[in-house]
Amino acid sequence: MSSVLQLQRQFIDYTTSLHNEGYLDNQFTELQKLQDESNPDFVTEVVSMYFEDSDKLLNNLTTALQQRNVDYKQVDAHAHQFKGSSSSIGAKRVTNVCAHFKGFCEAKNLDGCLRCLQQVKQEYIFFRNKLEALFRLEQQILQAGGSVPMVE
Amino acid sequence: MVHEMEDEHVSDMEVEVLSSMWPEDIDEAGKKFNVEKPGVHDNMLDDLAFVEEPSIVDFKRLVELTSYSEKGSSQLAYLVKNWEYKQENAIRLLREELDNLSKQQCQVELKKLEIYEQHRFEENHGGDKRPISVLHEAYEIFQNVPRKRNDVVVENKQLEIDAEYDTVAYWKQQAVQMGKLLEESVRREQTLLEKLEESIENLEKQSSPVEELSQILKRADNFLHFVLQNAPVVIGHQDKELRYRFIYNHFPSLREEDIIGKTDVEIFKGGGVKESQDFKREVLERGLPAKREITFETELFGAKTFLIYVEPVFSKDGEKIGVNYMGMELTDQVKKREKMAKLREEIAVQKAKETELNKTIHITEETMRAKQMLATMSHEIRSPLSGVVSMAEILSTTKLDKDQKQLLSVMLSSGDLVLQLINDILDLSKVESGVMRLEATKFRPREVIKHVLQSAAASLKKMLILEGHVADDVPLEVIGDVLRIRQILTNLISNAIKFTHQGKVQIKLYVIANPYPECQLEHKINEDDLAKNGHEDNESHSHESVVWIRCDVKDTGIGIPETALPNLFKKYMQAAVDTARKYGGTGLGLAICKQLVELMGGKLTVSSKVDCGSTFTFILPHKVSHACDSSDDTDEYVDLADNESTDDDISCGFFQFQPHSLGSVFTNGSGNAHKVNKTKDISLIDDDLSCFDTSSGPESSSKCNSENENTNCKSETHKVNTKESHDDLPMVSCSPSDEHSSRNILEVSKSETKPKILLVEDHVVNIMVARRMMRQLNQDMDVVNNGAEAVQAVHRCNYDLILMDVCMPVMDGLEATRLIRSFEKAGNWDEARKAGVELEDSHSYDQIVKGPRKRIPIIAMTANAMSESAEECFANCMDSFVTKPVTLQGLKQCLEQYLGVI
Repeated sequence: MSSVLQLQRQFIDYTTSLHNEGYLDNQFTELQKLQDESNPDFVTEVVSMYFEDSDKLLNNLTTALQQRNVDYKQVDAHAHQFKGSSSSIGAKRVTNVCAHFKGFCEAKNLDGCLRCLQQVKQEYIFFRNKLEALFRLEQQILQAGGSVPMVE
Repeated sequence: MVHEMEDEHVSDMEVEVLSSMWPEDIDEAGKKFNVEKPGVHDNMLDDLAFVEEPSIVDFKRLVELTSYSEKGSSQLAYLVKNWEYKQENAIRLLREELDNLSKQQCQVELKKLEIYEQHRFEENHGGDKRPISVLHEAYEIFQNVPRKRNDVVVENKQLEIDAEYDTVAYWKQQAVQMGKLLEESVRREQTLLEKLEESIENLEKQSSPVEELSQILKRADNFLHFVLQNAPVVIGHQDKELRYRFIYNHFPSLREEDIIGKTDVEIFKGGGVKESQDFKREVLERGLPAKREITFETELFGAKTFLIYVEPVFSKDGEKIGVNYMGMELTDQVKKREKMAKLREEIAVQKAKETELNKTIHITEETMRAKQMLATMSHEIRSPLSGVVSMAEILSTTKLDKDQKQLLSVMLSSGDLVLQLINDILDLSKVESGVMRLEATKFRPREVIKHVLQSAAASLKKMLILEGHVADDVPLEVIGDVLRIRQILTNLISNAIKFTHQGKVQIKLYVIANPYPECQLEHKINEDDLAKNGHEDNESHSHESVVWIRCDVKDTGIGIPETALPNLFKKYMQAAVDTARKYGGTGLGLAICKQLVELMGGKLTVSSKVDCGSTFTFILPHKVSHACDSSDDTDEYVDLADNESTDDDISCGFFQFQPHSLGSVFTNGSGNAHKVNKTKDISLIDDDLSCFDTSSGPESSSKCNSENENTNCKSETHKVNTKESHDDLPMVSCSPSDEHSSRNILEVSKSETKPKILLVEDHVVNIMVARRMMRQLNQDMDVVNNGAEAVQAVHRCNYDLILMDVCMPVMDGLEATRLIRSFEKAGNWDEARKAGVELEDSHSYDQIVKGPRKRIPIIAMTANAMSESAEECFANCMDSFVTKPVTLQGLKQCLEQYLGVI
């Protein structure tokens, strides 16, 4: 039981730190709130869907920016989608970078776009790592027989 | 018979002499000059008006000249000699004849009949080496004088004697014949003598030589005029003192008396006069003719260039008595020549420039290419490398044993190092090739200092104290490229930490006076960049001023030797060779810092003392916006903060981080600094979200408080306060409504049939989230993926509410809304069909029911980007909007408002 408590404690700390470091915002909490007995894996489902989608989007973005004549409209559309889905997930830092990204698309600043792409990739990978770690923690809690605590 | 022959001889001789003296007319002379078209020659000469005026002659002098100068005298002498010679020749011929006769007489007398004599005159001619007169070769007016008498044959007739030799009769006969011959001879001699006398008389009667000579001279003169009349030539003679004695100028601008007897210097004034005079004198002194080109700049003629030929004139004794001078104007030719020279020079210069330019272009291109390649390569390397590093990071979160962990940590740190190096190179090449663009965003200097120190403290492995001092006068918010400034600060701080083993590292921030007050600050930040940052900036735009902020990063480290200072900011340079080995690093950091600072219009300097520490100082101009948009929010907290922080000593921002206590010992200095933190937190959230988000308070404020929680012990109270202060703020997305009534209505409607809701959204994640939220709210909904599909859905089915994403592929939300509204108004889907939406005809409303339809509430879902502003939604006949990401709360309010009133 003490290990469950410890894990729960760890989970809360980790979630808080993710919030503090700006990886997550309240939208993620919203998602967690939407999860209940009827939908026990909602957050994981949405997030893995997000990951799938994001991998695709990042690929699209990379290809779009590698074109000889970059179609900024298209890049902007991709970035917009990425921003939308990220904000829906609560991936705050990714969302922020996407917003910058869009700015560079409007300015047709290839350099800025490329920089943002790198940034967004990095942020995305960080975010992914963090969330995966979080889910692992969640699994551990559940395996230990505890319930995942809510972090406001 | 003999007599006759003799007569012929004499007359022949006479004719010859006369014809040789004078050409009969000028025509003959013309032929000699090789003048073409001899037929028209006469006329030509008639046309020639021999104008004598141009020749200004000091006749006295000319006579003197001709009589005294060696040349003149030789010429005259030659003429006279010629004449004399011819006369002499005539006489001589006569004399010879006489001699001949007398000889014959003697022969006859002496009876030496067998002796034949042939007379040949070998004349010694032309041994004269004196200068030959112009009149000689050119004119040849004198016909050749016969050099010798035609064979003067004396007929030695064989005396025919019939008588027998040596008889008396023979001798008698002989004597008689001889007597006859003698008689004949005497008679002939008599005739010849008479002739001679007659000849001499004739000669005396004939015209004097002077007359002839002057005639010759006149001809010569005419010829010279003929040749020279239009030549741009000045001919003159000057005496020993270089006074003009004679001048010929076809275009005279001075009168004779103005010139004759004067020197050049006396006549003209201006450039070149002295030079020509000196040149003439030089010729005179050296006694050798010479040519020179002289440019005159006289009042009389203006700028004119002459080619001058000067030759000395000698007297008979070989003394110099003056110079002959001949000038030809070459001004135009010289101008042309100079132009040509100039042109050639220009061409040469241009060619040289071209080559130089080509070289430079080549070099520049090469450099650019090299830099471009560096940038591209760095970029290309970075992408996969960051993948490697990221994967390693992920790997590190998995279950690993101790050894693996250790290996992984080495891998990570090396990877980070390479990544850092490549980032540095990329940055540097960007700055150098001018690609680097600065952004202008609002930021809080105190915030930046705190964050930089915080992150530095987080990775601090030494017993060092990190401090930040921000002076009071530093504005709360300034505008600049915060990312770059942070980069500079981080770089300097990490540098400082790297070389410091004990003591502390400090950042000081304070305002200084404009270091370049005389020159206008060059704003590297352009207006476009500013405008991009959203409304807030636009509003405050007008009240901008520039403030110079100085930042000192001071450490108590090993210091830098003075000799290393100049190279410190150079690329790939470190203070000492072993520095890299000992401390690592690429040697690019400071170079980048310097370049960045300079790019932003500032200056980076360093002062250091070995073993005491170094201070890196940079000054940067920042724009300050005076409009404080968050003042309303902050005011609430100022009081609170002031009440609680009474023990603060100084009124400046002060942060301190001590080792192994990351952030926990973070203290807020004063109330002022406190306020800063508060305001920052509020605006930190709306960094990238627009004003809508700011006012949709609760979530943001709670967020900022939770962020503060572990660094600020006082935040708990604030959190409560913020919550309270914001809880009653309405969502902007929905118009304020009476919660109770709407909730009731919702319940009522729930109990009846469920409303039909359509979600138009292209993104799976968003759809999933929204669907889940709807389920939570106990609602079902249909989902389509773009505007066209939405139109089709509305065409198919009746909806009570549409949630419409704005930005979508195929057809965006605005267009779809317009088409739906058009259908509602007109009762048909013509507009939609026109727009290219495919609709099934069979099951369409417009064919059944005509006329206006019920208006479906359409709620926009916007991401608050500029492109999908609220105004635009309203302008496109949308009813309201919810901001993305959609929250349960937002969705609930929306449903309550719009479905509650169905």
